Amino acid sequence: MYRIVTKTALKPTVILYEIEAPMVAKKAQPGQFIILRVDENGERIPITIHDYDREKGTVTIIVQTVGATTEKLSHKQQGDCLHDFVGPLGKPTETEGKKKVCVVGGGVGCAIAYPVLKKFHDCGAEVHAVVGFKNKDVVILEDKFRAVSSVLKVCTDDGSYGQKGLVTEALKELLDAGNVYDEIFAIGPMVMMKFVSKTTEPYGVPTTVSMSPIMIDGTGMCGGCRLTVGGETKFACVDGPDFDGHKVDWDLAVKRNQMYHDFEVHKHEEVCNLFKKEVK
Amino acid sequence: MAVNMRQDKNPMPSQDPNVRNHNFLEVALGYTEEQALDEAARCLNCKAHPCVNGCPVNVRIPEFIQKIVEKDYEGAYQVIHQTSSLPAVCGRVCPQESQCEMHCVRGKKGEAVGIGRLERFVADWHNAHSTEAPEKPQSNGHKVAVVGSGPAGLTCAGDLAKKGYDVTVYEALHLAGGVLVYGIPEFRLPKTIVQKEVDGLKAMGVKVETNIVVGRTITIDELMEENGFEAVFVGSGAGLPMFMHIPGENLKGVYSANEFLTRINLMKAYKPDSDTPIMDLKGKKVAVVGGGNVAMDAARCSKRLGAEVYVVYRRGMEELPARHEEVEHAIEEGVIFKTLNNPVQINGDEQDCVKSMTCIEMELGEPDASGRRRPVEKQGSEFDLPVDAVIMSLGTTPNPLIKATTKGLEVNKKGCIIVNEDGLTSREGVYAGGDAVTGAATVILAMGAGKLGAKSIDEFLSAK
Ligand SMILES: Cc1cc2nc3c(=O)[nH]c(=O)nc-3n(C[C@H](O)[C@H](O)[C@H](O)COP(=O)(O)OP(=O)(O)OC[C@H]3O[C@@H](n4cnc5c(N)ncnc54)[C@H](O)[C@@H]3O)c2cc1C
Ligand SMILES: Cc1cc2nc3c(=O)[nH]c(=O)nc-3n(C[C@H](O)[C@H](O)[C@H](O)COP(=O)(O)OP(=O)(O)OC[C@H]3O[C@@H](n4cnc5c(N)ncnc54)[C@H](O)[C@@H]3O)c2cc1C
Ligand code: SF4
Ligand code: SF4
Ligand code: FES
Ligand SMILES: [Mg+2]
Repeated sequence: MYRIVTKTALKPTVILYEIEAPMVAKKAQPGQFIILRVDENGERIPITIHDYDREKGTVTIIVQTVGATTEKLSHKQQGDCLHDFVGPLGKPTETEGKKKVCVVGGGVGCAIAYPVLKKFHDCGAEVHAVVGFKNKDVVILEDKFRAVSSVLKVCTDDGSYGQKGLVTEALKELLDAGNVYDEIFAIGPMVMMKFVSKTTEPYGVPTTVSMSPIMIDGTGMCGGCRLTVGGETKFACVDGPDFDGHKVDWDLAVKRNQMYHDFEVHKHEEVCNLFKKEVK
Repeated sequence: MAVNMRQDKNPMPSQDPNVRNHNFLEVALGYTEEQALDEAARCLNCKAHPCVNGCPVNVRIPEFIQKIVEKDYEGAYQVIHQTSSLPAVCGRVCPQESQCEMHCVRGKKGEAVGIGRLERFVADWHNAHSTEAPEKPQSNGHKVAVVGSGPAGLTCAGDLAKKGYDVTVYEALHLAGGVLVYGIPEFRLPKTIVQKEVDGLKAMGVKVETNIVVGRTITIDELMEENGFEAVFVGSGAGLPMFMHIPGENLKGVYSANEFLTRINLMKAYKPDSDTPIMDLKGKKVAVVGGGNVAMDAARCSKRLGAEVYVVYRRGMEELPARHEEVEHAIEEGVIFKTLNNPVQINGDEQDCVKSMTCIEMELGEPDASGRRRPVEKQGSEFDLPVDAVIMSLGTTPNPLIKATTKGLEVNKKGCIIVNEDGLTSREGVYAGGDAVTGAATVILAMGAGKLGAKSIDEFLSAK
């Protein structure tokens, strides 16, 4: 069993968990993920490793409550245990040998972007960061980002904080200002990553995206996570999760992720009702 | 006792096809004692016992059947158990018609003795009646790691534990059992049977560590250099699904059989209390591409989820590589076989959901290298098969992860680990067996490889 050592709500629906998992902590690297199951009937969901403490034997994840499983998880308290927690999975992000990079994060994707950004910084690159949120209330990790990037642009959709508008606009400004990046690294909702890729394409800047298709085993056994990249089929859990954003078949990837939409909505309601009953 | 010269095998009592194709309960119910005695009496107890040579692990068939005749069922179990560790499993899933039963002399005139069915009877009897608690053997102080908890790994672990080795099994998934739990459905192999085997190992002191992906969480080199394991047995199976690489294969509604079956068997997606989704197939049409056991399982699961199901296979009915019983059961349950057809493209609607599969008709030409007649396309015979989902069941190859993360471990062109006749790989102290070595094969072969691995590891460590 995998104990929740600390639980901190960064926002009401964005929660940081520090999980006791010494073997995962020992091997974890930026860009990798874990798969967890909350309880015995639980589904397997992938979550990026936000941070790790090899000495303490813990792994930190940041999870946004969006549906049944993340809802169930959000009801677990410090000291409770997760049924399963396996990893680290996927290939670590290649962060070495870069002089100047720009990391673009969207929403909870920023939680995923942070360790990658920090690693770029630790490897000696000059790091610019563009992070986007819906509004002021959901801005996370700003201080952490600021500490490791020389330029930080915070965007909100409604302009309630930082610059008003989309990350793609802020990114375009940086590119037009003459910044030459070895790489642009985007993590966030698929649609955001798609438009970041579209934005950078005319500039010819290599753009890496961290893909998040629906997964089960995470070991290359089921092929459920497959993507079409440059006309070839790739398994995101073993060949990725990082891919060349200019080569991903975005429309297909976005649609495949909505495969179980009806089931998910129904399951979420079911779980919410269950918790409501418990409270009564 | 008099030999029973009736030509037919005692039929297997089974759930009614039109009932069972709506549930996931076991299809074959097993012989009653009377049926077992009647069937056992059909065995001629042949001196030459050709049946034994047909069994990959040489179960002493006439000997255990004579014990049944004597009503010494526990004795019969002990005979089988000397060569096979998983009789309750093999009695259910072995392709008997191409192994033991193919060689049975009774099969020359009439049907072979129901060896598999008797094996199952004996194993189930043992599981229901045996009270002896497995003893924890005296430790010999040697540590051995086993990678993968399929039939190869479980067997190897069991044999080593009996000899006093300190064995730890590492499994990537959250449940032990390999294909027996994630691939083969409940209605063919109840999961309680697999769980019993795993519990038995634990009772003997074997540690089973789930959620450990060897190569990622820990490497074989680390197991040996930092964790004191003196030998490792790799039984990691052949879990990488193949695709056809035809247009439309990544559309919504196209599954690999592994994904489809994992959702159903491991994740129990057919049960309302499971959080894992599966496509709603009620009233839908499904094409399963392939003709092996895996294809039959995918087809029969689809049927149980309420679909109209087609098996699309490029050769004929005669060439289907699945066990006969599975094909028969599938037909009884209403699965439709579209043999001598091959998919060329999968077509989607505006939402990128599967709406049909374009197939081309095939005919059988000259025999190929495998001795089977090669299917060739009939020019201009393409047609559209309207379907809502496609399940690709084309076979699997070993997952490259272990090879990629283990220094000096050699594999062949197909990615199968290369071993010598003792099951030793190109790395000292590292043994391998099962599907990881042979490519997708059978439970009994994997089990046999696990036994060989245990024997070789014992010899290697005893000599140290
Ligand atoms: C490599 C990877 C890393 C991820 N990292 C994070 C992270 O650090 N923090 C975070 O909050 N989220 C992360 N996600 C997304 C997270 O897995 C989903 O939000 C979660 O599975 C939703 O589950 P649910 O039951 O609560 O919601 P649902 O309502 O069931 O699903 C909501 C949406 O999440 C996606 N999803 C559903 N099931 C899965 C699944 N089994 N695998 C992948 N996606 C699924 C689908 O697009 C779905 O529409 C990551 C996904 C991947 C693939
Ligand atoms: C759907 C289906 C139906 C079948 N039907 C039959 C049948 O009727 N009769 C028959 O005889 N055979 C059948 N087979 C074939 C049979 O199941 C296999 O040949 C057999 O299970 C192989 O055993 P194994 O121990 O080598 O590997 P597996 O059973 O594949 O087990 C390997 C295990 O290793 C784990 N693993 C893999 N990589 C790692 C890693 N890096 N770290 C840790 N663990 C790892 C896997 O998760 C898995 O649990 C069927 C197969 C399938 C898929
Ligand atoms: S193990 Fe399989 S092949 Fe051998 S006797 Fe039993 S059923 Fe037949
Ligand atoms: S060949 Fe058939 S009849 Fe002869 S011993 Fe074997 S099972 Fe019995
Ligand atoms: S999640 Fe199954 S292969 Fe990637
Ligand atoms: Mg969900």
